[in-house]
Amino acid sequence: MDPKNLRYAPTHEWIDVEGDTAVVGLSKFAVDQLTDLLTIDLPKVGDRLTAGKSFGEVESVKSVNDLYAPVSGEVVEVNQAVVDDVQVLSEDPYAKGWLVKIKVDDPADAGKLLDHAAYETKIAEDEH
Amino acid sequence: MADSSPLKTPLFDWHEANGGRMVDFAGWLMPVQYTSIVEEHQKVRNGVGLFDVSHMGRLAFDGPKALPWINTVATNDAAKLEPGKIQYSLLANDLGGLIDDILVYRLDKGYYVVCNASNRDRVVAQFAEHQEGFKATLADKTLETAMIAVQGPSAAATLQPLVNVPLDGLKYYHVVAGRVSGEVEALISRTGYTGEDGFELIVPGPEALKVWLALLDSGSAFGVAPIGLGARDTLRFEAAMPLYGHELSDSIDPFAAGVGWAVKLDKGDFVGAEALKQQQQNPGSKRIGLKLDGKRIARQGATVTSDDRTLGTVTSGTFAPTLQQSLAMALIDPEFAKPGTKVVVDVRGKAEPAEVVPLPFYKRPKV
Repeated sequence: MDPKNLRYAPTHEWIDVEGDTAVVGLSKFAVDQLTDLLTIDLPKVGDRLTAGKSFGEVESVKSVNDLYAPVSGEVVEVNQAVVDDVQVLSEDPYAKGWLVKIKVDDPADAGKLLDHAAYETKIAEDEH
Repeated sequence: MADSSPLKTPLFDWHEANGGRMVDFAGWLMPVQYTSIVEEHQKVRNGVGLFDVSHMGRLAFDGPKALPWINTVATNDAAKLEPGKIQYSLLANDLGGLIDDILVYRLDKGYYVVCNASNRDRVVAQFAEHQEGFKATLADKTLETAMIAVQGPSAAATLQPLVNVPLDGLKYYHVVAGRVSGEVEALISRTGYTGEDGFELIVPGPEALKVWLALLDSGSAFGVAPIGLGARDTLRFEAAMPLYGHELSDSIDPFAAGVGWAVKLDKGDFVGAEALKQQQQNPGSKRIGLKLDGKRIARQGATVTSDDRTLGTVTSGTFAPTLQQSLAMALIDPEFAKPGTKVVVDVRGKAEPAEVVPLPFYKRPKV
C-alpha cells in the first residue's frame, strides 16, 4: 500500500477504500511514536465500527492507546497475524501490518478524511 | 511557580540534536527516549548508559546548625552520616504523609540534599517552614548545576579514565569531591536507581556538555548510549525502587511502601514522628510484586482482588524488558502478601490472573 494514496484520521488510522470494502491500519508515524509495542486488541468479524469511536487498543511499554474507526462499517476480516505478533505492525504498518477489513456504510465517508499531504502537515505540527 | 514555561537542562540542545524525544516532565523538558525504551533498557543492563538527571533538585546546606535542621525535617538519622556518606531519607508532614524521598549527602563541609524534580518546591518550603532556631543556609543549586548518571556494569570502566579519584575506593552510597574531564569540579557519588552499579556527577551547568561528551567518548568501547526517562522507569521498576507519585505519596505510609527502615523513631523529635509512630503500629497494607499471566499491563490504579474481595491497588506496572514479563507493584492487604498467592488484577475491565512474587524483580548478577 502506498501511504501517499491513503486517507488518514487525525487519530492516525489510515484507510484504503475499494468499492464498498476498506482496509484499516495505523500510520507509521503513530507506530513510531508508540515504540515497543506489546499487544493489540482488535474487534471480531461481524462487529460494527462507528466513525470516531474506539474499535480496539494497542499497548506499548509506555502506554495504552485506543484505535479509532476512521469511518463506520462492519468488520469482515481481522488480521490475525498482527494479533499473534504485534511486531508485524511495527515493521510493516502499510502492508502486512493492516488491522481490519470492513464493509463501509458509505464509501464517500473516507473522502472527508485527511489526504496524505494534509496528514503530513498535521503530524509536523504535532511534533512542535 | 511564577513562570510556567518548562525548564531546560544544560544538555537540552544536545538531546534535541541527537534524536531525544522531549517531553514535559515535572516542569522540565526531558528526553523520554532516543531510540526505543527496550533497547535503551538493555544497554544499561548489559553495558553502560548515560542519564541526564539535571532536573532533580540539588540543595546545598551549610552552617553550624545544618545537621540538626536536616534531622528535624527528615525521617532518617542524619547524625549517623560520616563525611563522604549518603543516606536515603524521607520528608513527612505533620500527619505522617510523605512530601518526598531524598538522598542526604554529607560532604567535608556541609550537606547536599537531592530530591525529586516534581517535589523541589515542596521540599524547599518544608525546610523553610522548620528553620526557626537553626543557624544554617539552604542554597538551591538546581539551576546552576547539572547532574549526570552513569549506570551499568561498565559504568566504572567508563568513568574511571575521566576522574582523579580511584573509583575502587568509592563505596556504594558514598560521595567524594573530585575533578572530571581535567579541571571540572564534581561531586562524584555511587548510588544508582537502575539496579546496576552506577555513579552520579554533579558539575557546574556550563561544563555539563563537555563532561557528557567525554563520557560518550570514554564509554564507546562498552556501547555507551544516552538513556531517556522511559528506560529509567523500566529499570527502576525491575529493581523495585519506589517512585514518588507511585509507590510513595502523601497518602501512602512509609511502612506499607517498604521504606519504613528510613524512619528512625528513636532519634529524637522530627516532623511527623507522632503520626509515623501510629502508622508503624497499625500496618494497613504492604508493597508486593505481581507477575501477570498475560502480556497486558496492569497500570497504576488497577484494582487487585481475590474472590471478589478488594485487596488493594497497583502502584506501577510495566512489561519488564529484562524479564520479558508483565509485572506490577501493588499495595495490598498484608494477609495476601505471601509470594505464591494467586490474585486477580482488573486491567481496564478485564480480569487478569496474577501471582504474588518477591521484590525486587531483578537483582544484578554478582561478579
